[in-house]
Amino acid sequence: MSTWKSICTVDDIPVLGARRIERSQGAAVAIFRNAEDKVFALLDRCPHKGGPLSQGIVFGESVACPLHNWTIALADGCARAPDEGCTPRFSVKVDGGVVHVDVDELNSIALDEAPVST
Amino acid sequence: MKKMKLVLVGNGMAGVRTLEELLKIAPELYDITVFGAEPHPNYNRILLSPVLAGEQTIDEIVLNPISWYAENNITLHLGKKIVDIDRRRRVVKAEDGTEAEYDRLLMCTGSNPFILPVPGKDLAGVIAYRDIHDTNTMIEAATKYQHAVVIGGGLLGLEAANGLMLRGMQVTVVHVMPWLMERQLDDVSGKLLQKSLEDRGIKFMMGANTQALIGDKDGRVMAVQFKDGSEVPADLVVMAAGIRPNTQLAEKIGLHCNRGIVVDDTMQTVTDPRIYSVGECAAHRGIAYGLVAPLFEQGKVCATHLAHFGIGRYQGSLTSTKLKVTGIDLFSAGNFMGGEGCEEIVMSDPYGGVYKKLVIKDDKLVGACMYGDTVDGSWYFKLLREGRKVGDIRDKLMFGESNIGDTGHEGHSRAASMADSDEVCGCNGITKGTICKAIKEKGLFTLEEVKKHTKASASCGSCTGLVEQLLMFTAGGDYSKAPTKKAMCGCTDASHQDVRDAIKADHLLTIDSVYKSQGWRTPNGCASCRPAVNYYLISTWPKEAKDDPQSRYINERSHANIQKDGTYSVIPRMWGGETSASELRRIADAVDKYKVPTVKVTGGQRIDLLGVKKEDLVNIWKDIGMPSGHAYAKALRTVKTCVGSEWCRFGTQDSTQMGKDLERAMWRMYAPHKVKFAVSGCPRNCAESGIKDVGIIGVDSGWEMYVGGNGGIKTEVAHFFVKLKTAEEVLEYTGAFCQLYREEGWYLERTVHYISRVGLDHVKKKILDDAAGRKALWERLQFSLDGEPDPWFEHDKAAVDTRQFTPVGAV
Repeated sequence: MSTWKSICTVDDIPVLGARRIERSQGAAVAIFRNAEDKVFALLDRCPHKGGPLSQGIVFGESVACPLHNWTIALADGCARAPDEGCTPRFSVKVDGGVVHVDVDELNSIALDEAPVST
Repeated sequence: MKKMKLVLVGNGMAGVRTLEELLKIAPELYDITVFGAEPHPNYNRILLSPVLAGEQTIDEIVLNPISWYAENNITLHLGKKIVDIDRRRRVVKAEDGTEAEYDRLLMCTGSNPFILPVPGKDLAGVIAYRDIHDTNTMIEAATKYQHAVVIGGGLLGLEAANGLMLRGMQVTVVHVMPWLMERQLDDVSGKLLQKSLEDRGIKFMMGANTQALIGDKDGRVMAVQFKDGSEVPADLVVMAAGIRPNTQLAEKIGLHCNRGIVVDDTMQTVTDPRIYSVGECAAHRGIAYGLVAPLFEQGKVCATHLAHFGIGRYQGSLTSTKLKVTGIDLFSAGNFMGGEGCEEIVMSDPYGGVYKKLVIKDDKLVGACMYGDTVDGSWYFKLLREGRKVGDIRDKLMFGESNIGDTGHEGHSRAASMADSDEVCGCNGITKGTICKAIKEKGLFTLEEVKKHTKASASCGSCTGLVEQLLMFTAGGDYSKAPTKKAMCGCTDASHQDVRDAIKADHLLTIDSVYKSQGWRTPNGCASCRPAVNYYLISTWPKEAKDDPQSRYINERSHANIQKDGTYSVIPRMWGGETSASELRRIADAVDKYKVPTVKVTGGQRIDLLGVKKEDLVNIWKDIGMPSGHAYAKALRTVKTCVGSEWCRFGTQDSTQMGKDLERAMWRMYAPHKVKFAVSGCPRNCAESGIKDVGIIGVDSGWEMYVGGNGGIKTEVAHFFVKLKTAEEVLEYTGAFCQLYREEGWYLERTVHYISRVGLDHVKKKILDDAAGRKALWERLQFSLDGEPDPWFEHDKAAVDTRQFTPVGAV
């Protein structure tokens, strides 16, 4: 059972950009918007060295990590081969231009991952 | 939907590589069937010589194990030679009667060794050197027999001779020409090579014409007889007198052949549009290539057409050669023999075993031939392919790129002599052993692949030459990508220059219009091309093209430099490196208020506050109240100055004031890469003007201007550019140089690389010889910079999306 919470409008996220959702525990979650207004959410940590993916360049359905340019797929959080590793993904739904996230997920996934900037 | 059928005839490197490329872009399009005449899966034919020499095993050189075919649902028929093709019914037929239908056919039949048409050529013990079977025959013969004769002193022949010698045979190489490898070496280097092989125990008969092979009573070869009647004993004769494209089948089914199966730029045969051909059997613009890099390029192009993308064109390759005999370094490329209208630069040290020859024509490097020291081979090959003028570096050309101060790998220049535990890539800590292992295990062939898999040479690139050598030794391939024009990235075939030209010629103003006009394959590019295109637009059409912050790297989007922990650094601008008590006080207060963990003085005479949280950036800028230092941007960073005549007892000019004036005139100047200036007040050069993009040195009679210096990866001393009299001139010439670089430079190309690409003469012509052009450049720069906002304060005007500084929500 999902507990959806409206977090912002699609327009609050720059096209081909991202915003961050702070969490009381664990690293922030990045929500991305691509050129087709699709919205994705990933833990804001690159599987490589923990770079904040929300700060990367978004293209297609991927984001390039700002630290070492790994390409991470927005849909599943996994690095493009030959790099290896995945960052947790979060459910998002867009309803009438409003972005909703699942509070249960936000309060349960990857809580032990420290925020990037400490 | 029923899948189309693709049949590959020839299970070799070129054909299977084409399949790999095809599977990458259209994995579901075809049902694929492969026929191979040999009973082995695809292996690296180039590495047969190390196998013969006992340095590698057959298993190690397999590129695609049988399981690979199964994993990709490819039907594999090994040991089945195709003997006929019915083009009307579209069916291939193997020797044993196996048939397969096709919608598309890929002919990769490779080449056949050329067998000298002499009596006795069919005797037992007379073989060619082409495949695993031949290699095994030689290895076996070496255990039973003593005398081997190799006919042909080319690449293949010498590798065979070396291998047989290492396996204990007495080897004589018979060569009809006066020196070895005459297609790759000149007489001097050919003889150096002969000497070093003789020292290893190989005998040579040069200028010898083979007349017949003599057999014993059992029908096995026992001697080689020459035209002059002399004979040498031979229990094994290896014919290595060249290869010919294998076009037997193609000719039989009526495909047009002329020294190979004739194909067009899409690798489609000119006779039958359903049939493609790549590899050694294909004749493209009259050339059948026998090296791996061109074949792989062909495969890539062919795959795009098989996948119905229809974009790639193969336009021919320039090739270079290396010999795979351990311990012998030779390299040649292009027209190394010279001839009319050519000039030669030669360095010869026969006792030291080093020889280098560079051939120059019309101020361009057209050929190179090296023996003993080949570390710069790839650099020469690059110069040759790019066809750039070399007049300005001619005096340094012979000494190579590696002699100009590479950092990060302890000055190693010969990969072969490095230990496995030696670090090749100092940025990523990658050792020689790791790279070689990856090349072998993952079947890597190109620099790009090694970069992707190991990260070696993927950061600063200073070890590229070493990695290329390792590729050469380990994969044996001709590693270099040959196109003279390099695509910007995987999103497009257009080069940086193509994009710059199109933006200017067609007055393109948006990223989308560039993507459309240049045939981008991706909807919004990637992290590598989009920032470049954005820069090209705003630098070509200032005040017209709109800057797109989402197409900028994070540092230029947040106007601060991201650090490894996700925090940022803040460097306020201090004009000419001068500051004051009130500025320092504000900085100190900000450090306290925002709990900035580290404060550091930079190499460019500024103060760096490290560890600032992104949420604090806007406020800290405001509190400090100094302009943005652009220390995060591909833009003018600092103008470093010495104290100058105001205080210094040696100073001849007011360097600090000059520096301040330059910085005020050119700050906010975005460029292809970062730009650093320095101004020194006398030739003691305390501001290190000799390693800056533009360095100014005051002398009693005026100012000397230097360009293209760099203190980074490769320490590059700036070129003397011009002597100037007044400060106004310094501004004008510096501005003109920067604008030229801004207009012509490729994204992420520092001034040193820009100058090395276009040549210093070109820059001099535009700025020193053309007064009107210089003034126009300077005016264009001033026009671009006029009214440019300070992004730390004028957020709207600088298109800084301030939403980024606050989270969108919290839970």
